[in-house]
Amino acid sequence: MKLREVLQLIDGKVLTRNTDLDLEVKMGCGADLMSDVLAFTHEGTLLMSGLTNPQVVRTAEMAGIQAIVFVRGKIPPPETIALAEEKGIALLASKYTMFETCGRLYKAGLPSCGLFESSLKRWREFFGEE
Amino acid sequence: MSTPSTFQERKREVTRLQELVYELRVRDAMTTPVITVTPQTTMAEFREVLRANRISGTPVVEGGRMVGIISIEDLIKALAAGELGATVGEKMTPRPVTLYDDEPLVHAVGKFASLGYGRFPVINRQGDLVGILVQGDIVRALLHQLEVEYHEEEIRRYRASHIFEDILADQVTLRFRYQVPGGDFERAGDASSRLKKTLSRLGIHPRIVRRVAIAAYEAEMNIVIYTDGGELIAEVDPEKVYLQAVDDGPGIPDIQKAMEPGFSTAPEWVREMGFGAGMGLPNIQNCADEMRLESTVGVGTRLEVVIYLDSGGRPCGG
Repeated sequence: MKLREVLQLIDGKVLTRNTDLDLEVKMGCGADLMSDVLAFTHEGTLLMSGLTNPQVVRTAEMAGIQAIVFVRGKIPPPETIALAEEKGIALLASKYTMFETCGRLYKAGLPSCGLFESSLKRWREFFGEE
Repeated sequence: MSTPSTFQERKREVTRLQELVYELRVRDAMTTPVITVTPQTTMAEFREVLRANRISGTPVVEGGRMVGIISIEDLIKALAAGELGATVGEKMTPRPVTLYDDEPLVHAVGKFASLGYGRFPVINRQGDLVGILVQGDIVRALLHQLEVEYHEEEIRRYRASHIFEDILADQVTLRFRYQVPGGDFERAGDASSRLKKTLSRLGIHPRIVRRVAIAAYEAEMNIVIYTDGGELIAEVDPEKVYLQAVDDGPGIPDIQKAMEPGFSTAPEWVREMGFGAGMGLPNIQNCADEMRLESTVGVGTRLEVVIYLDSGGRPCGG
């Protein structure tokens, strides 16, 4: 899904300059815990987050995430935007909640990051299923 | 090849296939152009269409609009009933379930599984019929993509090994050192960022770079959050990346406890920034092929991580 389409679906705004709206995101992840972002995403994921500090951009950079949507109408501070522009990471804003922002995109066909071995391991350990 | 490594290899391929199902689109797998019939085509003519093109079904199109789908199963029923003179219009399934050409392939996999149909016509967002997808197309597209990536990977490996070939020595190790100031949240992650860029420039496979970067970043955050400062050291040789995160205080009293997912001693302000949820060390372990953690209270902590360059396909925690 192109960022252009993402913007339309969430009635969003672009926060960074020189943003390539033809950028393709392959899947989506909603998280406020940065360790979860690192553990449960793949390259090319679109991140939805309610956190706006510069570490969100750092985390995205490490995880190979090229675009972030800030939910609940949160606007990041200037240092976050500056770091994102330096790293070439697109920042978008959504006035909707995390659930609705993710839901609009999922409904329109943006898939999730799938199941992870670490999650399945915990699942099997607790529920004893194969 | 020994049994454990064959198993690892297979596991890696399966993980990659799962990812590819998300990355590839229906249009990457579909057959195009589509062979079609009209409602006026007889079942006898339809049999010839199937035979001549060696296919098992076609969409039914009238006046540029898709009105149904007909398959070899419909033909067999018509044969059994002696109705080869009947028209496709009488025997087809009207209003077939379709796929969009820009949908991820995983949606198609889901529809095949849940609906049990043998084929889906593919339309674009304007509603034009642009292709057809059978289950075999999915497998073929995945295998093709794996093959393409295999070649790209060969080139990457060549580039990565090249620098080592150009340097004349019995053994070459590149060593990169980064200072990490303690408590400086503003610049936290800068060392890992520079390390990531450096490894990419060396031509190391992006998946390996991502794993090293995630491990380095979690380690760097730990130094920033809990210590007065330390350093990240990465040593790269033709086989592996050996990463060390070293600091001189305050140390971890109970390493086993610290390794438990969810255990954290982080202060509230760190949690508010999205860190300190007790997932850092487990995350590092997920990314690492080997990991060692040594710590003495009041003296310092040394974290060692090894990631092998030929363990490419595995994502963190995969």
